Amino acid sequence: MNEMSKSEITDKKKRYAAGVLKYAQMGYWDGDYQPKDTDILALFRITPQDGVDPIEAAAAVAGESSTATWTVVWTDRLTACDQYRAKAYKVEPVPGQEGQYFCYVAYDLILFEEGSIANVTASIIGNVFSFKPLLAARLEDMRFPVAYMKTFAGPPTGIVVERERLDKFGRPLLGATTKPKLGLSGKNYGRVVYEGLKGGLDFMKDDENINSQPFMHWRDRFLYCMEAVNKATAVTGEVKGHYLNITAGTMEEMYRRAELAKELGSVIVMVDLIVGWTAIQSISNWCRQNDMILHMHRAGHGTYTRQKNHGISFRVIAKWLRMAGVDHLHCGTAVGKLEGDPLTVQGYYNTCREMVNEVDLPRGIFFEQDWGNLKKVMPVASGGIHAGQMHQLLDLFGDDVVLQFGGGTIGHPMGIQAGATANRVALEAMVLARNEGVDLKTEGPEVLRRAAKWCKPLEAALDVWGNITFNYTSTDTSDFVPTASVS
Amino acid sequence: MRITQGCFSFLPDLTDEQIRDQVEYILSRDWAVGIEFTDEPHPRNTYWEMWGNPMFDLKDAKGVMMELDECRKAHGDSYIRINAFDSTRGWETVMMSFIVNRPKSEPGFRTWRMEADGRHIRYTHELVG
Repeated sequence: MNEMSKSEITDKKKRYAAGVLKYAQMGYWDGDYQPKDTDILALFRITPQDGVDPIEAAAAVAGESSTATWTVVWTDRLTACDQYRAKAYKVEPVPGQEGQYFCYVAYDLILFEEGSIANVTASIIGNVFSFKPLLAARLEDMRFPVAYMKTFAGPPTGIVVERERLDKFGRPLLGATTKPKLGLSGKNYGRVVYEGLKGGLDFMKDDENINSQPFMHWRDRFLYCMEAVNKATAVTGEVKGHYLNITAGTMEEMYRRAELAKELGSVIVMVDLIVGWTAIQSISNWCRQNDMILHMHRAGHGTYTRQKNHGISFRVIAKWLRMAGVDHLHCGTAVGKLEGDPLTVQGYYNTCREMVNEVDLPRGIFFEQDWGNLKKVMPVASGGIHAGQMHQLLDLFGDDVVLQFGGGTIGHPMGIQAGATANRVALEAMVLARNEGVDLKTEGPEVLRRAAKWCKPLEAALDVWGNITFNYTSTDTSDFVPTASVS
Repeated sequence: MRITQGCFSFLPDLTDEQIRDQVEYILSRDWAVGIEFTDEPHPRNTYWEMWGNPMFDLKDAKGVMMELDECRKAHGDSYIRINAFDSTRGWETVMMSFIVNRPKSEPGFRTWRMEADGRHIRYTHELVG
């Protein structure tokens, strides 16, 4: 590609003559552009087809995610089209990944409707991921101006108010997903909930695919689970909860289920990510109106977040969900059975919990993000974790997280209550030790062993699972070594 | 029954030395210690009685332990908890809370169930004992 084809054609007659131009010629590349504080910024990782110039590919991404189509249209001239064009303003090779480029695109704020993640996604990921000149594309990070943040109400509850409502401070919260996730009757299901809560957990949880199947109607599940929650509150003196999954086929049915959860006195409801952005924002509004904590299970995200060269990074999904307004969000465990490199996962946690995200390349944070006082989301660590990893989990994630031990509670050799107690004792012993100045990384296992001497359930848990690890290489790690720009 | 509110209730009752270590941790983070007591540990009883205001300007754990001793002398058969308050913007709430004194005999709760239509049950919890 010669230099001429990389720059915008300024002669209006030539620029708007019918025919096909390069996207860069149409004005979607501007290497001198200085992003404004009010711009929305996006970072894409693109893999152009062989022979496609990376700058033209970046311009195409900017074009297809804003105003462009494949050919020149004269109707552009009826608008202030220069301002509506997104601008690709920086392209650089991805360190260590041949053929891949980081491309930065700036969008004027006018291109987006206030308070609508559906609108953001329709623009940013609407077309470009199917675009033929690209072999693959991935949305790595976004920066939203505070002005745009303020058009979103964010989490209905937030970490601070959730803790105040639950009267639980100074330690991670504990949960477990009821297992088996399909097949139990309402009555048997509630038994698992009661045992887990009585044993020491703060929350039990419906799994993503438990809705209203033939073996258990949703109303049965809600009624038995709330019996279990209330009984457990009485025998412990603590506020307890069960994430009642209200995911359903229509919005009307979701509201119906949410209303029953409210009538029965549940503190929390849950939806799956697959209900979609509009449904999430609607149910978030309902939760704000009804003092309900909203738990988000990120079902389905692995289909587009896991592969590094194509899709959307989970840090972007986390950002959109905080704006859309959820209170809990599954963000990975780093040490459990599901995908997640520790630093990358910490990046997701920081996206959920910080007031301002500073640029942090090792954790995959490419932009500074001021959240404009939007509430904080409580991250959830769930999937193949057990009491023997407590020191690692506390060290990686700190206090503001829900640690969910499903199999690690229900599969305990002495029963569900014992499984829950093992986790709670391990957690409290670890927090106490950390506060006393113990180095968790080196002395954590010893803290567990000491507690296991007086706590039989913990001893049994460590005997069964103490050596279980999931040491596989992560597919999604941050490529962050800074290199010279090609532009 | 042993009420399990607070962040260390599943551990054996903390010794004074352990309590002092936690207070030192709280002070090291510039949080203020508050001591509260109650005879009514209902999970929704948010406002326990304050043993004075939170000790915003106190830097020495010894001072907290003296206040705790005084509180125990006056309310030895009540629940006493230590709270830590953080005034940092974005938190401005309790960051830690743990029980440091329990009555000799802990009351429990009785669950009342009021059956309503559609198999609904309204629950409420009453302190007993």
